[in-house]
Amino acid sequence: MNHKISQFSFKYGALIFIALVLVFFSLYNEYFFTYSNLMDILRSISILTFVAIGVTISLTVDGFDLSVGSTVSLTTVTTATMMIWYQMPLVLVIVVPLVIGALVGLLNAFLIVKVRIPDLLATLAVMYIVSGIHKTYTKGYSVYNNMQFQDGTKAPGVMNPHFLWIGQGKLLGVPFPVILMIVAVIGAHIFFKYTRQGRQTTMTGGNEEAARLSGVRVKRIRTWAYVASGVFAAIGGILYTARVGSGQIDAGAPMLMDSVAAVFVGYSVFGAGRPNIIGTFVGAVLTGVLINGLTMLHVQYYTTDIIKGAVLVLALAVTFIHLSRKKT
Amino acid sequence: MNGNTLTMAGIGKSFSGVRALQGVDFTVAGGEVHALLGANGAGKSTLMKILSGAYETDEGEIRINGERLDIRSPSDAKRAGIHCVYQEVDTSLIAHLSVAENIMLDRLASPKGSAWLRWGNLHREAGEALARVGSRIPTRKRADELTLAEKQIVLLARLLVEEAKFVILDEPTAPLSLEEAERLFGIMNGLKKAGIGIVFISHRLPEVTRVSDRITVMRDGRVVLSEPAAGMQAGDIVRAMLGRSFEEEFPKTDAPIGDTLLEVKGLTAGHRVKGVDLTVREGEVVAVVGLVGAGKTELSRLLFGADPADQGEVALEGRKVASAAPADAVRSGIVLVPEERRKEGIFVGSSVLHNLSLPILKSLARFSFISGPGERRHAEDMIGRLGIKTPSPGQLTGFLSGGNQQKVAIGKWMSTDAKVFLFDEPTKGVDVGAKRDIFRIIGELARQGKGIVYLTCEFAEALGLADRILVMCDGRIVKQFARGEATQEDLLLYASAGREDLK
Repeated sequence: MNHKISQFSFKYGALIFIALVLVFFSLYNEYFFTYSNLMDILRSISILTFVAIGVTISLTVDGFDLSVGSTVSLTTVTTATMMIWYQMPLVLVIVVPLVIGALVGLLNAFLIVKVRIPDLLATLAVMYIVSGIHKTYTKGYSVYNNMQFQDGTKAPGVMNPHFLWIGQGKLLGVPFPVILMIVAVIGAHIFFKYTRQGRQTTMTGGNEEAARLSGVRVKRIRTWAYVASGVFAAIGGILYTARVGSGQIDAGAPMLMDSVAAVFVGYSVFGAGRPNIIGTFVGAVLTGVLINGLTMLHVQYYTTDIIKGAVLVLALAVTFIHLSRKKT
Repeated sequence: MNGNTLTMAGIGKSFSGVRALQGVDFTVAGGEVHALLGANGAGKSTLMKILSGAYETDEGEIRINGERLDIRSPSDAKRAGIHCVYQEVDTSLIAHLSVAENIMLDRLASPKGSAWLRWGNLHREAGEALARVGSRIPTRKRADELTLAEKQIVLLARLLVEEAKFVILDEPTAPLSLEEAERLFGIMNGLKKAGIGIVFISHRLPEVTRVSDRITVMRDGRVVLSEPAAGMQAGDIVRAMLGRSFEEEFPKTDAPIGDTLLEVKGLTAGHRVKGVDLTVREGEVVAVVGLVGAGKTELSRLLFGADPADQGEVALEGRKVASAAPADAVRSGIVLVPEERRKEGIFVGSSVLHNLSLPILKSLARFSFISGPGERRHAEDMIGRLGIKTPSPGQLTGFLSGGNQQKVAIGKWMSTDAKVFLFDEPTKGVDVGAKRDIFRIIGELARQGKGIVYLTCEFAEALGLADRILVMCDGRIVKQFARGEATQEDLLLYASAGREDLK
């Protein structure tokens, strides 16, 4: 009986918890459970979800990527400066940050797969490097329309309105970033569930040596996972710029921990016990719901961190109690 | 001699109902070398684990000089003066500490004594202990800079410092070269003179008869022979080790033998594989037998490209195989069923379905999308063909029994175009029924014209299954037998004699 309860809470605990939170906030504030507020929540987590998908992919091959936050920061300011400083065409504005994200991923992969530095240490170092680059590049200033430089001259460009639509526009009444997010979640889920490379990635994370001895080219798989992580962080950075309409310095700093938290909450969804895309999405939704609801309760933003941390502890406790029971 | 005597009397031990030891008597006197021999699974390591405190005995008693001991943990054994030097010396040394610190480790770890380290004394005492075993390893050298033989010497010097009365040496010569082994025997002599009683476990019979004072042979959990070493012949020992153990029934299916498939020349890697030549033909089952540590696993990993080779060539159907990685070997048609099943052969956390399809995802997928029904059909077909007992293809492989896990590890290669199958100890930890299934599968593969390399330390299996048997010892193939030419005695003799006695 006891066993059954633990089984059940492990599988559906996170979902039930979200449902309870939704009910609670809806009862408390009638505005909460409205279409526009729910869309607001989804839009607020769309950037986080992209970053978290990247973290999920790298964690799937057992590799922690700490550099995603600073990659978001770097690509955010790159996107903004490409328009405001250099007035580049829209295609380049989007492609260049993606390439940068891929390069950061390649650097991580090189250090981890080739040089064999442990993942946490390598990506920690890269986190510092990338963060330093993004501040050096902008000399520590945020980038906004026609910004004034230190020598008194003004930046020639402004944000491209088509570009801003990516982050602020709506399609059939649904915010465009939400559509992008849903497409990405479904795409990534299909990738892991139904494609050859996705399966090989999961298996490599399950047991790298067994995968290698099954003829899987594990180094290639791990390399691509870090590259994917960097690219998803870059998409997050682009969306960030499009959403706020400027290139904020250190924009990605809080993204790292929020995305990691979302992924770990996702461990407990449907009893997966390992990184999974749907779980990550649920984790991100939970984050968004909590912040939105607590803000309505007039809880200060700095206090919400306590609640986020507590929720993470709860999810991790359920997951790991269950996993250690399963072993014995 | 100091007259210490260690007596184990009527020792019995069972593991989940299976008797591992039964009424074993064993005596070691101070200042004697007592060799303990037996085939794999005879019970000698269980007995020594009881003596060193790793296991608790179910029945019987252990006495030193008539005084009863209660050994429940390794520290109990150490307090009584019983020490064990395991084959994996690295587990007993702290790599980044100096030789002196490693020798004096117990003193350093003990809560008694001064809180301050006196480096001068430490190095002096460690140096004295080393001198007593006739070694001059610098005491300030770091442990991880030592050779394997030097590490053993450090452990033996530690025994002197800890005032051991009895020492168990578990296959100390297996990883050593001949000169290094000679030096070790010199040190053992020194320990003998210090009045220490030595239990010597080894598979190399010539050295056993030479350095031991007394020899005890175990089989099936009992002592079958215990006599002074003087005058004993290697042949007697081998007979005692094997006994008239029943020959199991191995259904050898006849398969026509065709052209040469696999040709290996001068394959070498480190100390474990030294210039191995090997050919396998279509439909042929070639067994490579050898004792544990002979280099069989290393050989199989080299052939599969899992480890890099220093020298040598592997050719399949006349074409050279560039085995930089297992993926290359698989592509050219060589596959391995590894010994460490749960770690290397299968994914315990994944379903049987996913395990079976991993190597053939390419053929199951179209435009990289895996066909769900196709994958399921393949798995169900394979489960039926190999007789894998699982409630459903979706079952996690970790929940299957050992034999069924092994069938999954084999089954994942069955649908590939592999031409050569390497099996490394495929029957380890497998029940009799599954064993028979595995032999049937191997016979079926041979009939399909596949080449089989069967690496095992179970001689009876090799005799029953193989068309040709190669005996491996110390990384070399020392002898070849055709089917029906060899007996278990022959195989054991060549596997344990080593090269020096063949010339």
